[in-house]
Amino acid sequence: MAGIKSLEELQKIRAKAQQGMDLRKAGDEEYIKLMVGMATCGIAAGARDTFNTLLEEIEKRNIKNVYLVQVGCMGYCHDEPTVQVNKPGEPPVLYGNINKEKAIEIIDKHVEKGELLQDLIISKSFDRA
Amino acid sequence: MKQYRLHMLVCAGTACESQESKDIIKNLEAELKEKGYEKEVQVVKTGCFGFCEKGPIIKVHPDHVFYVEVKPKDVKEIVEEHVIKGRVVERLLYEEPALEKKITEQEKMSFYKKQLRLALRNCGFINPEDIKEYIAEDGYLALGRAIKEMTPEEVIETIKESGLRGRGGGGFPTGYKWELTYRNKNDLKFIICNADEGDPGAFMDRSILEGDPHSVLEAMAIAGYAIGAEKGYIYIRAEYPLAIHRLNIAIEQAREYGLLGENIFDSDFNFDIELKYGAGAFVCGEETALLNSVEGGRGEPNAKPPFPAESGLWDKPTCVNNVETFANIPQILLKGPKWFNSIGTENSKGTKVFALAGKVNNVGLVEVPMGISLREIIYDIGGGIRDNKKFKAVQTGGPSGGCIPEKYLDTHIDYQTLQEVGSMMGSGGMIVMDEDDCMVNISKFYIEFTEDESCGKCTPCRIGNKRLSEILTRITYGKGTEEDLENLKDLGEMVKDGSLCGLGQSSPNPILSTLRFFEDEYKEHVLNKNCPSGVCNMGKKKKPAAKKKQ
Repeated sequence: MAGIKSLEELQKIRAKAQQGMDLRKAGDEEYIKLMVGMATCGIAAGARDTFNTLLEEIEKRNIKNVYLVQVGCMGYCHDEPTVQVNKPGEPPVLYGNINKEKAIEIIDKHVEKGELLQDLIISKSFDRA
Repeated sequence: MKQYRLHMLVCAGTACESQESKDIIKNLEAELKEKGYEKEVQVVKTGCFGFCEKGPIIKVHPDHVFYVEVKPKDVKEIVEEHVIKGRVVERLLYEEPALEKKITEQEKMSFYKKQLRLALRNCGFINPEDIKEYIAEDGYLALGRAIKEMTPEEVIETIKESGLRGRGGGGFPTGYKWELTYRNKNDLKFIICNADEGDPGAFMDRSILEGDPHSVLEAMAIAGYAIGAEKGYIYIRAEYPLAIHRLNIAIEQAREYGLLGENIFDSDFNFDIELKYGAGAFVCGEETALLNSVEGGRGEPNAKPPFPAESGLWDKPTCVNNVETFANIPQILLKGPKWFNSIGTENSKGTKVFALAGKVNNVGLVEVPMGISLREIIYDIGGGIRDNKKFKAVQTGGPSGGCIPEKYLDTHIDYQTLQEVGSMMGSGGMIVMDEDDCMVNISKFYIEFTEDESCGKCTPCRIGNKRLSEILTRITYGKGTEEDLENLKDLGEMVKDGSLCGLGQSSPNPILSTLRFFEDEYKEHVLNKNCPSGVCNMGKKKKPAAKKKQ
């Protein structure tokens, strides 16, 4: 490649390289954490598709302060796949039956606009996991 | 660019590689591929996490899960449980001995809680063989800003203001060293990175070069810009093959990105770096001996003055800085001298990396702010003494330093306080000893080391260290006299006074400091022919092996 000639060029390479590394910084206070239940029951119900859809959406919309974690069975096997949304300073919300379309809806409404998806909520009364 | 959902950082420092971390990476990649997860999980090999005691280490992001003592055969379980099902593999987590509780996240481990990682900031976080990951962490931004927005004088002023002092042992203010070299006008000047880490048990510089080689390259280029040099050498011992390998990759990548070479950042500043291999002589860590060695001569020190800043490599003005010193430079330029200044004590700013070794539970590489107490390092970070034995002494500064007894454990360490208790900062070796260690034997070990490593130029060092070693051998064999103890002191002072370079000027320190704090132990050896720790043979014949029954 041609050498870096200016600070702007360096910043460009930096911004691009940072995208791939954001994940390693996740977990700081201000991050929204999305947890996808991916035990056997979750995977059988299609949690991997849900997970990958969430990932693609986050990437597509270039949302910086969200990170995805897969977790074990949350006990709601009848409502798999389940996705829990932990927003800083708010009680966690657990959604059930999240397929690809609903996963997009979570990103669209809850993560970006802060609106809860009332019909899909299983629980919002427990303490943060 | 495709995003990965999981990053698995595997330590590939020398300590972990010697424990099969290469196989772990290989198995991990194969297992992920077999299960069809290779596009979702990124395997990254990183530099040292510092927690060498429990290596090899795998850190998983974004969950921050920290696996210790991983074996290649554990990989299958990690992939099946953690990657596929999202369940943490409990048995591979670190168990805090004091709490008898498994800890999932790195940040919650007491080994890391009191650490402040500046020089090691990228070690265990980025892939040292990928320049893009370094750039993502603000890499080469300091160089760019220096060239584009600062004059050489401003760069020097910034470093001076930060209060940074040499991390190789001498503790000379780095900014002044740069200024001296800058002031000596010449058509040719040189920057040298001293990577000849020679203290037994020390591995700070090696870990930085293995884990974050670009930080040193960038800092050397900044130094070159500041003092007006176009050429840098890294003097590195040939016993560090992995560090050399990663440095070569890093230099190659930096050249490819135009960050080394001609017209850097489209300016008229040129800078390039070359490696020079040392053969592992301890004295070559001394800067004039190092310069002789780079020139191809014998590794023997010269009298100073003239200092290298006036007449160094090939008689040209030369600035020699240590690896860890360089690793601090880019951060100082980016965050400002006041930020750096705010960390540490009155006369010692910033942090220091120590290679914590010996009889502590958590052997490893730690970076702490100056002014932390020895007790905090040994008990809070180091997890206390192994097998609940009693602490006896801590040795800092390697063969040039001394042993510090229990009563000084609350000393807040900086360059000055360590000297006041008869030791020194040195390059950062820290060896902890317990009740089973014999202090006479320890000082014999160090003097045998310097006796071997003396270059032979000065008589007091060449012959004095030999005699010191003979006296100590006599004492440990039960043949010492009270006069020997007097001779140790007198001769020790003489060797210090009569030697040209730092090696001889400090080689008797281990003896003198143990004589000061553990004189009773020496007396017991001499008067009662007894070694209280049971280490020295004291000339007793070995018991004949019990006869086998017929």
